Amino acid sequence: MTVDHTLDKLFSGGYHIKKDGLVISGFGVCHGQTVAIIGTIDHAAIGIESAFTLAAAVLEVIQHFPQRPILLMVDTQGQRLTQRDELLANNSYLAHLAKCLELAHHRGHRVVSLVYGEAVSGGFFATGMMAERAYALPDAQIRVMALQAMTRVTKIPLEQLDELCKTSAIFGPGITNFVRLGIIEDVWQGDLGNCLDRALRLPADYDNRAELGCERGGREWAAKVAFRVRTSAEKA
Amino acid sequence: MNLAEWRERDSLYEASARRRVLGLLDQHSFQEILGPAERITSPHLEQLGFPVSFDDGVVIGSGLLNGKKVLIAAQESGFMGGAVGEVHGAKITGLLQLALISPVTAVLLVLDTGGVRLHEANAGLVAISEILHAAFRVREAGIPILVLIGGSNGCYGGMGIFARCCDYVIMSEEGRLSVAGPEVIETAGGVEEFDSRDRALVWRTMGGKHRYLLGDADRLVVDDIQAFRAVAIEVMQKPKPLSLESILREHQCLGERLVAYGECKDAFDIWKKLGIPEFGAIPLMDNDSFHAIVKPYLPKEGTEEETEHDR
Repeated sequence: MTVDHTLDKLFSGGYHIKKDGLVISGFGVCHGQTVAIIGTIDHAAIGIESAFTLAAAVLEVIQHFPQRPILLMVDTQGQRLTQRDELLANNSYLAHLAKCLELAHHRGHRVVSLVYGEAVSGGFFATGMMAERAYALPDAQIRVMALQAMTRVTKIPLEQLDELCKTSAIFGPGITNFVRLGIIEDVWQGDLGNCLDRALRLPADYDNRAELGCERGGREWAAKVAFRVRTSAEKA
Repeated sequence: MNLAEWRERDSLYEASARRRVLGLLDQHSFQEILGPAERITSPHLEQLGFPVSFDDGVVIGSGLLNGKKVLIAAQESGFMGGAVGEVHGAKITGLLQLALISPVTAVLLVLDTGGVRLHEANAGLVAISEILHAAFRVREAGIPILVLIGGSNGCYGGMGIFARCCDYVIMSEEGRLSVAGPEVIETAGGVEEFDSRDRALVWRTMGGKHRYLLGDADRLVVDDIQAFRAVAIEVMQKPKPLSLESILREHQCLGERLVAYGECKDAFDIWKKLGIPEFGAIPLMDNDSFHAIVKPYLPKEGTEEETEHDR
């Protein structure tokens, strides 16, 4: 779905965004509540400039609109892969963006994300995955890497990976897998305004993705292992 | 450091994860958590028929650093490129959560990793995100997280982003820090964009010296476990709280960097713009002469008071 079409459905009270390259920022009105909109369009590859512009948008909300909830609109093919981006340290720009979102959360802004286009590895990591909860539209594409590329890197035959994907959510792309792993809280369908409103009413609690992944049967080890480590002191 | 001292040094680059931990902490103080005897391995690697490791490639535990209680994790460079899988990541996340339950002076993370373990792609990515979220809670509690980078894998991918979300990045010249690695850039843009086999290019683009000159690394030390330890002791009681003020300062620095060096094609261009007359000789300088030569050209702000990022 295009960003305009998605925003139309999210904000029946109207919205206003400006575009700066592939970065969008602005606000919309959902069920009478003003929500900041920050995100990317056209499967943006997030390089140093985009990460910086996104960070600026988050800081503007923090400085001028205390407590205003933030909706991150995710459509990214990942971090931009150029020498120049790494020369100037894209990791520091993406880290800065992550810190800005953490600061927003810390100062009482609700931060939720919606994958409406594509979400891939590093670009998703520093945006959508920094939200308190991440959601997706049914036709969104989420992946770390395509199975063909994974075959190349891991030397595991494609047939074997395909077979594994039938039972495990760990390897393959797709919304269903990311829901089972607890990464995506829920898929938004029907009245998107209602979905957003409901999400904003949930408490801004701690990261529960590992527990969710365990409950949903997609990822049993993360929660168990972390639990064993943090309770190790009691035994010692 | 003279030649004899250099030969005697205790190289972090060459040491195993366990050796690094033992060398960094006070003698006989390390207590491992979920050690190899517990046989916590990756179920996913097993499913793929790959060899597993009884610690899943990361050593974690508690110990003393100069008499103060700390938590520590060290990634094993020799196992799956130090990459983060579900169990590996959960061990680090659990360790960070432990810091909130059983207070410590600092958390040390010796990172040596290609990022997400692609054999566990989705679980690896969320594992790093969980490490990051847990780390922010630790920082919020005023407990500094020190990242040490000087191993053979460098620190790449999501872990390269994560490293810059911690209080301190301490590197050796041998360390590399980036999000996209050399091979990834070459695969995406061709060898004209980046020749991943050109080691000199890789090091001057992502290596410790360059990261230190731009402020992405707080400290640059010689490849010696004791040198890393000395800096860790020096900063372990100086947390850098994330505040609007510190983030705005970082924002300004990163904005200025875009303007000042956005047109530069190579690290040499940046070093020249920094005003370092001997910029061409930087890659070959030893640690002592490097520090002596570049000191006047490091932007003044922040050098003493250790502000968020930014020298």
